[in-house]
Amino acid sequence: MIRALRLLLWLALLAAAGGWFLTRPERLDAAALEGATGDPQQGALVFAAAGCANCHIAPDATITDSAPVLSGGRSFATPFGTFRAPNISPDPEHGIGSWSDAEIVQAIMKGVRRDGAHLYPVFPYAAYARAEPSDILSLVAYLRTLPPSSRPSQSHDMVFPFSVRRGLGLWKLMFLRDGWAVAGDLDPAAQRGRYLAEALAHCSECHTPRNALGGPERSRWLAGAPNPVGKGEIPNITPAELDWSAADIAYYLESGFTPDFDTAGGHMALVVQSLAQLPGDDRAAIAAYLKAVPPAE
Amino acid sequence: MQDGQTCPPCLPSPCGKLTGRAAGNNGNLDMALTRFIAAGATCFGLLAATTVLADSHGDEATARAVAARQAHMKLNAFNLGPLGAMAKGEMEYDADRAAGAAANLDALAGIDQAGYWPEGSDAGFTDGSKALPAVWENMPEFEQRQQALAEATAQLAAVAGDGLDALKGAMGPVGQACSACHKTFRQSE
Repeated sequence: MIRALRLLLWLALLAAAGGWFLTRPERLDAAALEGATGDPQQGALVFAAAGCANCHIAPDATITDSAPVLSGGRSFATPFGTFRAPNISPDPEHGIGSWSDAEIVQAIMKGVRRDGAHLYPVFPYAAYARAEPSDILSLVAYLRTLPPSSRPSQSHDMVFPFSVRRGLGLWKLMFLRDGWAVAGDLDPAAQRGRYLAEALAHCSECHTPRNALGGPERSRWLAGAPNPVGKGEIPNITPAELDWSAADIAYYLESGFTPDFDTAGGHMALVVQSLAQLPGDDRAAIAAYLKAVPPAE
Repeated sequence: MQDGQTCPPCLPSPCGKLTGRAAGNNGNLDMALTRFIAAGATCFGLLAATTVLADSHGDEATARAVAARQAHMKLNAFNLGPLGAMAKGEMEYDADRAAGAAANLDALAGIDQAGYWPEGSDAGFTDGSKALPAVWENMPEFEQRQQALAEATAQLAAVAGDGLDALKGAMGPVGQACSACHKTFRQSE
């Protein structure tokens, strides 16, 4: 009996150690960025494509032509808990002004905070992981040019067990994937569109259905999902349901006008405001990519 | 009391009060009760009828307001049609046609909308409407959005005839004004 218990204890310890090992945060190798500098002008375009402002501006702010203040504060109520976007302005005390380039790139591409804690995947590092490190470095350079905000970041309000950050290591193991979702060769425009959509604009974060643990169902890429933060449905934007021409898609991403001249509503209105700042070719590329996505219901 | 016995007329009888059988005067009570019930039923019936009539009258007025504002939105879409087609390159740019459509949008944006938004005509209470209660809870902001659209369409009307680039540039703020209002005040799909 005692032997059995002791064996059980050892097994439990082994399992815990294994779990601890499996869920360890993956740090960024700072040496990989040695000597590289970002270009803030390129960073402004990456910023527009990545849609940072859409989540990190203050709850009552809108996206305008002037430099956005990324004071954070918007909350997103999901079944896992309520997330609150942090202050990512260059403020040294309340924002990320005192973080090094490597630390910010690590957060964006690996979902690991400066202190080594996992970040919740509500922050779309699953997408940003596929971006070119040089683009992310340029994004960081651009972020540093923005106005500082002294609004303190609020913590999330998570439902147990999702409140245990270490558990995210398991989530990452299960659901983070290398490589493109729409794999294979695409024509040049669609290839550019794939990079913009899958690595920066993270369309799938809202448009791909998720399982009970919040992992994306990659076999139904962009096939639509219930609205994670409200009522209604996020539409299926694969060719199975989206029958607009590429020109109509590109124009929608620029103006918010559908082919019937209804307009984008909800969070998509913000996305359109960001994507409107990209060059026309980039929006056309996203449209070409959407035409190349496998039809899914 | 035992079965078969009747009450002496000098004593009140529980049976007599209800059925009016034991003593002479109890019959009057019975009739009074019937009259009371009849009167009450008539009053209630009249009240119910007027309520129903009043309610359906209210519903009609609301339905007309909803239909009118939705028609207004359709007119917006109708006039945006040629402008968007030109901006997308689906239609040859035509300065006169563009200027005309933009002037229509500008005129529409200037219409006084007070009659469009009667209380109780939001999506929760009225079939067919997608207006959120926020419209009435936050009327000042709602009116600001109307004003933003009026400014954007005024600018569009000013430059729509000045060439395709000018038209394209001015369409952006119009789309944003439409989206900004819908985002807050219209029910999503």
